[in-house]
Amino acid sequence: MANKFTLTLKKALDAIRAKLSKKPEPRKTIESDFVLETESLGITFGGLKAVQNVNLKIKKNEIYGLIGPNGAGKTTVFNLLTGVYLPTDGTFYLGGEELKGLHQEQINHKGIARTFQNIRLFNNMTVVRNVMVGLQNQPEYKCSLFESLFRLPRHFKTERAMRKRAKELLEIFGLLEERNNLACNLPYGKQRKLEIARALATNPRLLLLDEPAAGMNPNETADLMDTIRLIRDKFDMTVLLIEHDLKFVSGLCDRITVLNFGTVLTEGTAQDALNHPDVIKAYIGN
Amino acid sequence: MDFLITLVNGLSLGGIYAMIALGYTMVYGIAKMLNFAHGDIIMVGGYTILLFLPINPVLAIVAAIVFCVIVGIVVEKCAYKPLRGSSPLAVLITAIGVSTLLQSLAQVLFGSAPKQQMVDLGALKIGELSIGYSTIITLVCSIAVMVALNLFVKYTKTGRAMVAVSEDKGAAQLMGINVNFIIMITFAIGSALAALAGLFYFLKIQTMTTTFGALPGIKAFTAAVIGGIGSIPGAMVGGLLLGVIECIAQSIPALSPYTDAIEFSILIIILLVKPTGLLGKKRREKV
Amino acid sequence: MSKFTSTFKSIKWKKYINYIAIAIVTIVLGALSMGGALPQSTLYLLEKIAISIILAVSLSLVVGFLGELSLGHAGFMCVGAYLGGKISAVIASTALGNGIVTLIISLIVGGICAGACGFIVGLPALRLKGDYLAIVTLAFGEIVKVIFQNSSEKSFGGPIGLPTPRFDKQYLFIVAFLVVLLTLAVIQNLIKSKHGRAITAIRDNEIAARATGINVTKYKLMGFIIAAVFAGFAGVLFSYSQNNVSSATFDYNYSIEILVMVVLGGMGSINGSIISATLITFLNVQLQNVLKGDLAVLKDLIYALILIVLVIYNNAPALKGFREKYNLRNLWHKIFKPKHDPAKVRDDAARWDVVPTKIAMDEVLSTDIVIDNVGDNSADIGERGGNK
Repeated sequence: MANKFTLTLKKALDAIRAKLSKKPEPRKTIESDFVLETESLGITFGGLKAVQNVNLKIKKNEIYGLIGPNGAGKTTVFNLLTGVYLPTDGTFYLGGEELKGLHQEQINHKGIARTFQNIRLFNNMTVVRNVMVGLQNQPEYKCSLFESLFRLPRHFKTERAMRKRAKELLEIFGLLEERNNLACNLPYGKQRKLEIARALATNPRLLLLDEPAAGMNPNETADLMDTIRLIRDKFDMTVLLIEHDLKFVSGLCDRITVLNFGTVLTEGTAQDALNHPDVIKAYIGN
Repeated sequence: MDFLITLVNGLSLGGIYAMIALGYTMVYGIAKMLNFAHGDIIMVGGYTILLFLPINPVLAIVAAIVFCVIVGIVVEKCAYKPLRGSSPLAVLITAIGVSTLLQSLAQVLFGSAPKQQMVDLGALKIGELSIGYSTIITLVCSIAVMVALNLFVKYTKTGRAMVAVSEDKGAAQLMGINVNFIIMITFAIGSALAALAGLFYFLKIQTMTTTFGALPGIKAFTAAVIGGIGSIPGAMVGGLLLGVIECIAQSIPALSPYTDAIEFSILIIILLVKPTGLLGKKRREKV
Repeated sequence: MSKFTSTFKSIKWKKYINYIAIAIVTIVLGALSMGGALPQSTLYLLEKIAISIILAVSLSLVVGFLGELSLGHAGFMCVGAYLGGKISAVIASTALGNGIVTLIISLIVGGICAGACGFIVGLPALRLKGDYLAIVTLAFGEIVKVIFQNSSEKSFGGPIGLPTPRFDKQYLFIVAFLVVLLTLAVIQNLIKSKHGRAITAIRDNEIAARATGINVTKYKLMGFIIAAVFAGFAGVLFSYSQNNVSSATFDYNYSIEILVMVVLGGMGSINGSIISATLITFLNVQLQNVLKGDLAVLKDLIYALILIVLVIYNNAPALKGFREKYNLRNLWHKIFKPKHDPAKVRDDAARWDVVPTKIAMDEVLSTDIVIDNVGDNSADIGERGGNK
């Protein structure tokens, strides 16, 4: 009797839990050799086709560039890939798993991390804690609210481990010295780097960088190129970046896609794409 | 028939709310602050009217408007202007302080006992219908004020400058608009409207206390948010809507004790459906 | 080794100073009270102070750390006071009687009910921002007030108020201070954990927090619920400290008074909230005692003037130079910590202007995805750098 009661109770609880966690129906998966594959991705804002028919195929360990004139829809593509906007057309796959329709944080958990065009740090937190926020959702740093509130041993263990890992990441970006400064007090170049470090802390498979070199001087830009290569090698990372600095793009990217008015102008290796007549026309005019 | 009376009463009460809500919404739109002391300007107006009413009713109205404008401007200059450019929360807390200050000053001057003054303007009788003249005057005046304000904002230089300041303070300043002056004018207009609202609200309840302005103040704030704070037509729509809802709820015996709860629930529902109010501008952050 | 132990000790000391201070106060005053050395008025004052501290610390979680302006904290307290008070009245008439067990049960019930309300208020917080959320919390407080005011006499006393059982006055404040310690422990531990970091991250930049994989829904609700639970505790204690709970007490002025405590204490500073809650309550009660009759109104007058002058002094941009030259913090560091680096501030401390209260944060107003601007945002130049 009691057994039966507990069983029903358990069933009811499970039902509630399932409802609360809102498990989406099993997502479509495809066979794919690419880290990121988009399938005629597009979005329409009230009749205006901001981005349409974008087909990106990004291989593992590639540094891929997304360029185009102002208003071409580059950041919109990023917003589609990170769940800020829901695509109205097409879909996209990360390692063959469809991610369309997931929330921003869920997409991050699946393995896409990004930085922002206008830097978005947690300004009133120290540098090291900014990175620790990125580490939050790693399974190895799991620690329930209860454990934190009552300071059970696991709380201290995860805190220590997170701090250690955060320091390691900061060291790679040369920010270790600044770890106890507030993020808003960092100089511009270091803020950009911190944003990348925070994105990396979420342990992504694909890193999206939105104009990482904006506002940097040539030395800083060169330094950043080295850092991005280092990230690729050290973290076994795939990088998709938006950049206006064509020298930066051609020096760094394996392949690029050129967007104009929301559609793909051309794609290919940096040299080929940048010499494509349509691209020259889009940038310079006739 | 009863419903018609309820509707007229509601519109008249809504007119009062709309006038106060206009003060909230204009100050919010232009100075970017919640003027929590606005409700107490109504109280200031009410007491001035009470003071001058035995002498001459017209003098009382004029005195109330003038005095409220002065109080509004003084409060703005002394309490809010030094904080311009600092955090919004600091201004909010100061406004709360000003509100308490005005209430306690009134209590020092007039005592805490409620003051009653019967003003009976008679009633309009059409067949079985009987509507108080004060209700009609309130309704007519409030509509006239709203129309006048709309014309002012649309067709005068100062009015257009106000719109410009509410859109972008910095750009307006670069275009040669004296932002400080515009903010002062906004407070003056808001306070004058509050004085009028004080008059009509006094005609309605005929009792003066130091917390006279608190209830209409908070209701009008609700109305401004329902309409979309910062939007002048929004404040009018919100005010009228809230007044009608209040009167309808009060006319139904089962609901009347819960009138306030109903109004606030409607506010919450409207905000959940339209997060920036009925006519508020939708803004979103660029990512 | 000795160096290690000494630093270890000093860190520990500083971290737990607020617990230790409150514990010492509780023990000393508790001993005095048991000896019968404390007059009724002091006991009442102590209860009031404890309640204020609980309210201020819990509200500071929402305002200072979650960054949402809540004007309905008294509403949660109201729920706690009525439901906890009712439960205690019911239990007191049974075999359990009116003892510490009854008090604990009613604390739990009041806390849970208030927490449920916190969940309900937290839901709009997911969609609304700044002022709009503030007015929803205010509306919630008023709705709760009206509902209890119109309850039937048998259920919650209606307009007359709910008569509540009394607990031995000599001991009630000790219980209240124990709840203060619990509040402190929970909220401080929360903030200084990964969950608290997520909450502050949402305050600082919600969009970045989402992109960093933080479940904004979960943490916002968590903040609201925890704050509401403690407000509920405060409400239960309040119902015990009064003979009669009347819903008129919990109007929005009371919520604002709590907010003032948090803001004057320094947003995002728990210890600041404790100190300002203590001082303001002390002043309130003492001024009430000193200024009797017609003079009573002077209390509000003085209170308002102090508030205005303090806020203007602390925030006016024109006084910035003066403030930086002469302030208590500098003085403190001059005396106790000669090597103070202003760049290295405690990172859970919030600035007032980061709380998206008003239109300064207008762009954040509605972050739900409503598509009304078009295309790439390349015109959106970052604050510091150019686009190219």
